[in-house]
Amino acid sequence: MLSLLAQTATGEFLEGLKAIGAGLGYGLAAVGPGVGIGLVVGNAISAMARQPESAGMVRTTMFLGIAFTEALALIGFVVFILLLP
Amino acid sequence: MRILALEFPPVSHLFDWPTIWFDGTPLAVNKTVLIYLAATAATMVLFGLAGRTRESLVPVGVQHVAESGVNFIENSVVMQTIGPDGKRFMPFLTSMFFFILFSNITEVIPFIQFPANSRMAIPITLALLVWVIYNVVGVKSQGVFGYLKNSLFPPGVPKVLYVIVTPIELVSTFVVRPFSLAIRLWANMVAGHLLLVTFAILTATLWDFFYVPAALPFLMLIAMTAFEILVSVLQAFIFTILTAVYIGGSMHPEH
Repeated sequence: MLSLLAQTATGEFLEGLKAIGAGLGYGLAAVGPGVGIGLVVGNAISAMARQPESAGMVRTTMFLGIAFTEALALIGFVVFILLLP
Repeated sequence: MRILALEFPPVSHLFDWPTIWFDGTPLAVNKTVLIYLAATAATMVLFGLAGRTRESLVPVGVQHVAESGVNFIENSVVMQTIGPDGKRFMPFLTSMFFFILFSNITEVIPFIQFPANSRMAIPITLALLVWVIYNVVGVKSQGVFGYLKNSLFPPGVPKVLYVIVTPIELVSTFVVRPFSLAIRLWANMVAGHLLLVTFAILTATLWDFFYVPAALPFLMLIAMTAFEILVSVLQAFIFTILTAVYIGGSMHPEH
């Protein structure tokens, strides 16, 4: 393994590591917000189904919750763009 | 850059446009600037035309569009987040909503097809403007000391926890807020543009190579275009509603 690493040019090796890091970073950053947005929207839907008359207020709050949760995934996306070789 | 035998342009190539006029001066104009100027003009023309016609009581045409926009901002943004005394921010919020919407929607307009907000300059400027406004509103309505006390030491928290809560609140209220506001708008537009470009390139490549499979990415391109219209409107709405939430939070502190 080490001899294999030594054969690779350092620049190419770093590029490859960067690409792996960028892909993994974005993928991992999307896991939590995915679960979070699912929770937010699911609970908003059950709230709307229980009380259809408060649907407007619930929808506004749901978009707020989505926006705050989504920010984390977007930061992962920004890191992905920055790390892209 | 070649990905899976596709000739994919480098990311910077998709967002950097050559200068058209006034090259080398601070007033250099390229496609992004032209879109912003068009969005500003569209917002001004929309409300200028809507405010001009006074003949009929029943709104028609442009006036109808503008009035439903104002009603939408009033009912689902201002009244839900700030309350009746937030109505003096209506002109600011409405014009900002329509400006962001018009500069986002160019993403799906044929022959323009570039969301101007996928360049960071205007989103960060708008976010810093919002930062200044909600801090000034907070200081005006609560005084310097009261505003700092309410935003750094939120009431209802056990005294011991202030050791943790205060630094978090300091960073999140005064540092992270404008950046997350700007990054949310910018990154959504960048992601949408990349998505549309990817499917367009896929369609074009498959069309050159073999006609029939090109239908699949083309259908996906149509679906994604519809989705991007939704995202453009939603991001303008979210930017506006978060602005209203921040202003409301500094006007009416929690007790």
